[in-house]
Amino acid sequence: MDIFLQQLINGLVLGSVYALVALGYTMVYGILELINFAHGEITMMGAMVALAVIGALALAAPGLPGVLVLGAGLAVAIPVCVALGLLIERVAYRPLRHAPRLAPLITAIGVSIILQNIAMLIWGKQYIPFPAILPQARHTVYGASITNVQIAILLLATGIMLTLILVVRKTRLGRAMRATAQSRQVASLMGVDVNRVIAATFAIGSALAAVAGVMVSAYYGLAHYYMGFLLGLKAFSAAVLGGIGNLAGAMLGGLLLGLIESFGAGYIGDLTGGFLGSNYQDVFAFFVLITVLVFRPSGLLGVRGGERA
Amino acid sequence: MPSLCPTPPRWLAFSLLAAGLAALPFLVDAGLGRSWVRLLDLALLYAILALGLNIVVGYAGLLDLGYVAFYALGAYVYAWLSSPHFGLHLPFWAVLPLGASLAALFGVLLGAPTLRLRGDYLAIVTLGFGEIIRIFLNNLNAPVNITNGPQGINLIDPVRLGSFDLSQPHELLGYTFTSIHLTYYLFLLFTLGVMFISMRLEDSRIGRAWVAIREDEVAAAATGINTRNLKLLAFAMGATFGGLAGGLFASFQGFISPESFNLMESIMILCMIVLGGMGHIPGVIFGAVVLTLLPEALRYTGDWQRELFGRIYIDPADLRMLLFGLALVAVMLYRPAGLLPSTRRRREFADAQE
Repeated sequence: MDIFLQQLINGLVLGSVYALVALGYTMVYGILELINFAHGEITMMGAMVALAVIGALALAAPGLPGVLVLGAGLAVAIPVCVALGLLIERVAYRPLRHAPRLAPLITAIGVSIILQNIAMLIWGKQYIPFPAILPQARHTVYGASITNVQIAILLLATGIMLTLILVVRKTRLGRAMRATAQSRQVASLMGVDVNRVIAATFAIGSALAAVAGVMVSAYYGLAHYYMGFLLGLKAFSAAVLGGIGNLAGAMLGGLLLGLIESFGAGYIGDLTGGFLGSNYQDVFAFFVLITVLVFRPSGLLGVRGGERA
Repeated sequence: MPSLCPTPPRWLAFSLLAAGLAALPFLVDAGLGRSWVRLLDLALLYAILALGLNIVVGYAGLLDLGYVAFYALGAYVYAWLSSPHFGLHLPFWAVLPLGASLAALFGVLLGAPTLRLRGDYLAIVTLGFGEIIRIFLNNLNAPVNITNGPQGINLIDPVRLGSFDLSQPHELLGYTFTSIHLTYYLFLLFTLGVMFISMRLEDSRIGRAWVAIREDEVAAAATGINTRNLKLLAFAMGATFGGLAGGLFASFQGFISPESFNLMESIMILCMIVLGGMGHIPGVIFGAVVLTLLPEALRYTGDWQRELFGRIYIDPADLRMLLFGLALVAVMLYRPAGLLPSTRRRREFADAQE
């Protein structure tokens, strides 16, 4: 029972991070029908920038409380990621909005390679440890343990997602985003500045990615220039699982994928009699992705079928 | 009236080209050194891979980001059937087709459920497939040792035809043909074969159907083209060439490990056809050759850096991927049809830009 609970907690924490990244994919896809391949790399950049700031602060002012240092890291990482997201949209996607579908996809791959290599040139190829600035308290709940960091991730992710839903449902910007997603042309006829809406979408997605990047590196205790690739792929799978273009779907998909991964990795050894071990954890996301695309391409919460896939 | 500068007859052009290709490894050997001949071999290998991927991406317009999986399958089949790993030493002419067919089979297995997806989904699914294959290759060493895990498989047999061993130097007409020279001719033969098939396909009913699917799938289906079967065929053909190249790679290298088949390899092959010109055979080969030789040329930037700044700031090997990324973006923005585009492709992109 305690193992079950433990995997549940791990899965939920991991899943809420996936959900944050998946939101970035799903918002951009909902509006532009474009897979923003570089989104995972923006997450990585967020983690790296925050780590650099945190590391510098921890050296310069060792007395500062951990939460403050972390906040400073986020305060730098979020604007950097937003700027990156806007730059990528402006340079690599906007000029190709009317080109054949393959073209923006290829520039997206190019951009993600560029970001990866820039990060590698700046921070090197080694894993960067997350400084021990946060109190590592463990709480035991019915035999399963949960750390402060995990609780913080869960709370923060939930808060951000609720805010995002409110923004999209209640504000002018949110209404403009929904209109643009339905039809770019009609929205612009109604006086919506489509380019600004698209830029705002990229900005919000990148900010979420920055937060998620910091969460992942705090959770695993390290960051790496290559971490964005797998994380991005998993988050994309989560977005597809929930129904791409659907905000609630991305959240649901993220949580489900986190749970599938943690339970899968926890029990696959027993299920296959030891033939496959937890080192296959990364395979689950792809199997989920392929299965969903084959049997229900519109995802769990997606309504529009057929034309999307 | 005979013109002053007549175009040379075709046979003359062909024989000049053939003589040039035959002499190339010796010229390169004498001019640039042995390591460049090896690169020449690799360039031909990548030309086979790029031509294979070109069928999928260039002709049929299906973005396949997991192409390297088929390459890996071909290589591992070769390694399993002719190395001490399982103690099997089958001849290469038997193993190579086996590897290519297994790759084709996997191409169909992957393609059958996924090919009804639209382009960008297909890209992600194939990417996932490539990663799955790599993860399995990395981990299938326990409890039954199938792939030998991250250590890879060693001591793979070189190509042998009867008693003619490609790994030994041979004397002919006073010239010494070393192993890399002989490999060059073998790879050249295969490249020409794949090129010939590609050219014939391009002008065939099938090739035209692929182009129709690429340009407008709905319209293609409306004219009676069986889009599903033709897309599957493109996938299988591409996979076959990938498997073939994998087998050649294993025999050439003598050692394979999952590291050789990562996503970056897929992207590099994609770069070759995007840069050279999708769907255009000379462009694709040009891209393959340029991108294979580029890392070697980049090595000189290390020397320049040392001369200019006294130390190396950017490792030339790292510079390579950065340049690939920049090249992908720049080519798509400024020359979307590639550096050596086909006329049809150029028109297609020009239409889309309006």
